[in-house]
Amino acid sequence: MNLHEYQAKEILRGYGIAIPPGEVARTPDEAEALAKKFGTAVMVKAQVHAGGRGKAGGVKFCPTPHDAKEKATAILGMQIKGLTVEQVLVTVAADIGSEAYVGIIVDRKTKKPVFMVSAAGGIDIEEVAAKTPEKILYLPVDPRYGLTTYAAMRMGFFLYDNIAQARAAAKIMQQLYTAFMANGCSLAEINPLVVTKQGELLAVDGKMVIDDNELDRLPAVAALRDESSEAPSEVAARHAGLTFIKLDGNVGCCVNGAGLAMATMDLVKYYGGEPANFLDIGGSSNPEKVVNALRIITADPSVKCILFNIFGGITRTDDVANGIVTATKSNPLKVPIVIRLTGTNEEIAVKILTDNGFSASSDMDEAVQRAVQLATGGKAA
Amino acid sequence: MSIFIGKDTKLVVQGITGRDGSFHTKQMMEYGTNVVAGVTPGKGGQKFENAVPIFNTVYDAVQKTGANTAVIYVPPPFAADAMMEAADAGIALVVCITEGVPVLDMTKVYPFMKERGARLLGPNCPGLISPGESKVGIIPGRICTPGPIGVVSRSGTLTYEVVNLLTRAGLGQSTCVGIGGDPINGTNFIDCLAAFEADPRTKAVCMMGEIGGTDEQEAAEFVKREMKKPVVGFIAGQTAPPGRRMGHAGAIISGSAGTAAEKIEAFEKAGMGVARRPAEFVDLIKART
Repeated sequence: MNLHEYQAKEILRGYGIAIPPGEVARTPDEAEALAKKFGTAVMVKAQVHAGGRGKAGGVKFCPTPHDAKEKATAILGMQIKGLTVEQVLVTVAADIGSEAYVGIIVDRKTKKPVFMVSAAGGIDIEEVAAKTPEKILYLPVDPRYGLTTYAAMRMGFFLYDNIAQARAAAKIMQQLYTAFMANGCSLAEINPLVVTKQGELLAVDGKMVIDDNELDRLPAVAALRDESSEAPSEVAARHAGLTFIKLDGNVGCCVNGAGLAMATMDLVKYYGGEPANFLDIGGSSNPEKVVNALRIITADPSVKCILFNIFGGITRTDDVANGIVTATKSNPLKVPIVIRLTGTNEEIAVKILTDNGFSASSDMDEAVQRAVQLATGGKAA
Repeated sequence: MSIFIGKDTKLVVQGITGRDGSFHTKQMMEYGTNVVAGVTPGKGGQKFENAVPIFNTVYDAVQKTGANTAVIYVPPPFAADAMMEAADAGIALVVCITEGVPVLDMTKVYPFMKERGARLLGPNCPGLISPGESKVGIIPGRICTPGPIGVVSRSGTLTYEVVNLLTRAGLGQSTCVGIGGDPINGTNFIDCLAAFEADPRTKAVCMMGEIGGTDEQEAAEFVKREMKKPVVGFIAGQTAPPGRRMGHAGAIISGSAGTAAEKIEAFEKAGMGVARRPAEFVDLIKART
């Protein structure tokens, strides 16, 4: 789960990291009022879950409250990577001397939290990593001992020659690490970490991504989820216990298991079609899940054909068949459906389907080819 | 012969009285797995299905039954502790089926297991099966048949799909291993490939990877450097968009890293067979055995 910048900053502030004052505005008038309250130049920053906000024109410097109102008018309602900006962060503009990057991720290779720090801050760290990897210090942390003082100081000195600044940076590393662990993060970053012209260290932008598996035991963090910033279909799917990701194609896919779901999407593409979504109904065999899955898939007007691909292990294929029958009785389909199922209780499932006017195949390739044909009106190979 | 589990596997089931644990324990017993004990705190002294003794702790189960393998069906908040409990009790192979274990928990569990010399499989995995000998986890037994093909995969149902195709084509399996879809897991592709290379019965290996991370690329280097037996690979997620978690916590393209294209390229560079779709495994394996 992604947090907004203002949410991440609020958390980091709670751990003692110095962050310029800022508050969220939902209207241009609120933005103007906040700028007046701060009594100095401000930044108005779009709060959406997308990178490249600055490049998209979603981050503006505003010397006066009038500017803040004007810029907020332009930014609110703006689309950034398909997401509508519903709120802006109005925050005191920092007097920037230099910019550094500080981030922590869970690294798959070392299987540890790993710090990445670089004096080349303020820009895309992936670009720095690709072009000038020597400018980044990678430092794995053993979570059983935490971030030791010497390791934090090594990073401080990697960024700054000045001992006071190195110490201040080391302290921020400790605070960031504590926040990372306590909030179940898979990523936490400060970019840029700024040294002001007065020599103070300030976190000017903050980002946190929370491991979804942590949310059950961190209700306060889970409560920060902003559903208005997600695709409505994905929110509905999550509430129904399904994993759903909207894509651009027209073959609606309903599969059990993530690996098979990806392989099904790939096969749609292989046979000349485009998948409309990733959808995993999971391992349980609950007809209700199938009903919800069909509702979510058919709500997408670009779907021209629905493809079921079920390999029954724990999932009983007769439960899936019953779900399809129930769902289509109350809500008849407007597009063709291709059903492939095999495995547990396959014979019962096929009987349920044929008794209700559906046909079923047991071959994955055959079913996918048929679905692509129906979705493209017979044009694809 | 087989890898990791076989006729000498003595299994303890952690969470044996839970909904999933009890269902799959019955399935494993029907398959012929030697289930020697179950663990549910507070239910020590009882019996599962009037046959399997239940203990309060894994320590007790190991002391009384000599269990050497554990399988975990406990809910995510308790899974990390369950894995460590099994390793501390002297279990050599710990298989964690549980999906949804926090990754930060795994950063602590992983070194704990290593230090005690326990092999961890999973979490978020379907377990493993040595057809005709033993099954630990949830892979459906009836789709498997004994034979010379080793199977290793990050997925569950995709593994079943491929195993089913192999079985129907007359290609039986030595062992099928699901290593799980999480970003930090125990046993990886290389561990399984090395074991298959050393296993006299295994003649060829099917490997199903997916987007995210670099495990497949490292496995490809291992195949090139260390393996004489043929390996055929497949990568799921060629159409997955970057930055989105595709069901499995580990199946995510971060920035431009972990794409299907770079993994397939690594397979090709290593001289492996590459299945463009699951059905191609059969012909590619037949051509190499």
